[in-house]
Amino acid sequence: MWSLKRSQCRTGRPQGYPVVENRIVAPGFTRLTLLAPAIVQKAVPGQFVMLYPPPNRQQQLPRPLSIFKVDHKRGELTLFFQVRGEGTGIFADAEAGSTIKLLGPLGTGFPALPENSLLVAGGVGIAPLVFLAAAAAKPCSMIYAACTAAQLVCPAADLKISGITVLETTEDGSRGEKGTATNLLSRLLSADADRYGAIFSCGPRPMLKAVANLGRLKGLPTWISLEERMACGIGACLGCAVATREGYRRVCYDGPVFPAEVVIFFD
Amino acid sequence: MTKPDLQVNLGGLWLSTPILAASGPIGNSQQYRERFSTRALGAIIVKGVSLEPWPGNPPPRLAETASGVLNAIGLQNPGLKHFLEQDLPQLTSAGPRIIVNIVGRTVEEYAQVAAGLTGAGGVDGIEINISCPNIKAGGIAFGTDPDQTYQVVKAVRRQTSLPLLVKLSPNVADVTVLAKAAEAAGADALSLINTIAGMLIDIETRRPLLGNTFGGLSGRAILPVALKMVWQTAEAVKIPLLGMGGISSARDALQFIMAGARAVAVGTALFYNHELPDEIYRGLADYMVEHNVAALGDLEGIAHKGDDYYE
Ligand SMILES: Cc1cc2nc3c(=O)[nH]c(=O)nc-3n(C[C@H](O)[C@H](O)[C@H](O)COP(=O)(O)OP(=O)(O)OC[C@H]3O[C@@H](n4cnc5c(N)ncnc54)[C@H](O)[C@@H]3O)c2cc1C
Ligand SMILES: Cc1cc2nc3c(=O)[nH]c(=O)nc-3n(C[C@H](O)[C@H](O)[C@H](O)COP(=O)(O)O)c2cc1C
Ligand code: FES
Repeated sequence: MWSLKRSQCRTGRPQGYPVVENRIVAPGFTRLTLLAPAIVQKAVPGQFVMLYPPPNRQQQLPRPLSIFKVDHKRGELTLFFQVRGEGTGIFADAEAGSTIKLLGPLGTGFPALPENSLLVAGGVGIAPLVFLAAAAAKPCSMIYAACTAAQLVCPAADLKISGITVLETTEDGSRGEKGTATNLLSRLLSADADRYGAIFSCGPRPMLKAVANLGRLKGLPTWISLEERMACGIGACLGCAVATREGYRRVCYDGPVFPAEVVIFFD
Repeated sequence: MTKPDLQVNLGGLWLSTPILAASGPIGNSQQYRERFSTRALGAIIVKGVSLEPWPGNPPPRLAETASGVLNAIGLQNPGLKHFLEQDLPQLTSAGPRIIVNIVGRTVEEYAQVAAGLTGAGGVDGIEINISCPNIKAGGIAFGTDPDQTYQVVKAVRRQTSLPLLVKLSPNVADVTVLAKAAEAAGADALSLINTIAGMLIDIETRRPLLGNTFGGLSGRAILPVALKMVWQTAEAVKIPLLGMGGISSARDALQFIMAGARAVAVGTALFYNHELPDEIYRGLADYMVEHNVAALGDLEGIAHKGDDYYE
């Protein structure tokens, strides 16, 4: 059942798209908008794009980033990412007016979101969930968690989504409630699990594991978006494998969104 | 000058261009069909096929290094039966020739895969990946021991009249020893090089980065190593060579041809440059026109000129 194709589509070839705006929203976090109507038109929440570094760098493999926002009217695609290494550094430096080569939308996204779902975001894992929430426009709660306030940097304007209540939490208590995403999720679920339609989550692997466990305990359908290192991004090289109960599956093609119960978490 | 002639005969396999897609990065090529033009490709080498399905290695399976990619996919593939029934019918409709890379854990497994592919229509050639460990010989890779190389190539040769390429591993002291063994066993051509063994450590987890600990390095970083091995092998055998390892431009491809390769394959660079086959095709043609070269074969091994060992 889970391996049903949910939203794969034909994507054509990598193409250059102009940068409309590139804003550093906090140290190490970038919000990048491109004019990419061809991608925007087809994109489904949970899908991602591959960004190709310019030629003749030491780093050449394309980097996967989730689709954060789409503006159908303007044909604009927005990404929200954290600078980790050279690849994300290159794209964080891209200036308005320059072009970036992109391929997408790629992968299998989230299924339809039922009312009163719980969205659980860890750090920049919020990116695909903002798209999901905005596209569904249904009453839902979103837990937005990080270690400290310095990582809870998704612009407030982007989090103003009709129907969505955002519940912030940090481990050090520097913003919102003190604790982890799982603490908060577990409290909401123990109060009244039947209220909620499903759980959708993206963030660090240990958090996803805890979310998957809670979802299973409470009998709630749970969908998680995984990350793995990628090379081709289109299901050809088998480089982005993740262990599932049905064998290795490709994050870039069979995922990145998987039903939590099929994913095998190690450690 | 007339249009330069880029056709080549790679060990009995006539190719419309000397540019091939190396085994692995593009999988069985299905996913790439809508994403790049295969017009400039003489052949596609399909990712390693084994007798039974192989699950592959635990993740992470790849990482990028300085101008290179380290991978340990572990030859994940759905096996011969699935390949013949599901994949092959989809591949043969399109332009480039189809060469199938084969893998095994015993000599018999290789031979059975070769027999199965030979019986099926639509396969134009076989490439033996001898970098796999032989479980009957204590896990030593077939490709690091000349006797085992000879045995596996010989066994496959008995099963097939298709053009037979043997893909050499660079992880040996002297590649020419293995090259000669493969030639003696009946190979029609040699492919080289496969990836160079390597590893990385994640300093945060303080553990090897790859799930398999060791992986194989490919990409631009390995070009000089690959080129030297093609050069040496060209002096050691008579059969034609398919050169690969870090090729990302027509200039790179020309170096391999001048070192003694008849044709070239591109792997890692296709991850980020889908136009590469077209670029190489144009670059080769332009070079030939500019330098008055009538046929690509005139450049094959030309850098050895004056070298005593080469004729
Ligand atoms: C489907 C998908 C969607 C993603 N969406 C987002 C997003 O919306 N926002 C965001 O900030 N990040 C996202 N990521 C993670 C992002 O792709 C990596 O941070 C990025 O590739 C790192 O590249 P780099 O060159 O900057 O770092 P590198 O120098 O390559 O590596 C730096 C660090 O990043 C880690 N890393 C490298 N590649 C990946 C990868 N493919 N996935 C996860 N970690 C990686 C490494 O473990 C390393 O610690 C996503 C990843 C995937 C697979
Ligand atoms: C992801 C990946 C998978 C590969 N899989 C195979 C394979 O199945 N069989 C094989 O003989 N070589 C395989 N190779 C090796 C390539 O065919 C090629 O020999 C090597 O990568 C060097 O060329 P390049 O630098 O152009 O990639 C693989 C390489 C990569 C990067
Ligand atoms: S990145 Fe190549 S299969 Fe997923």
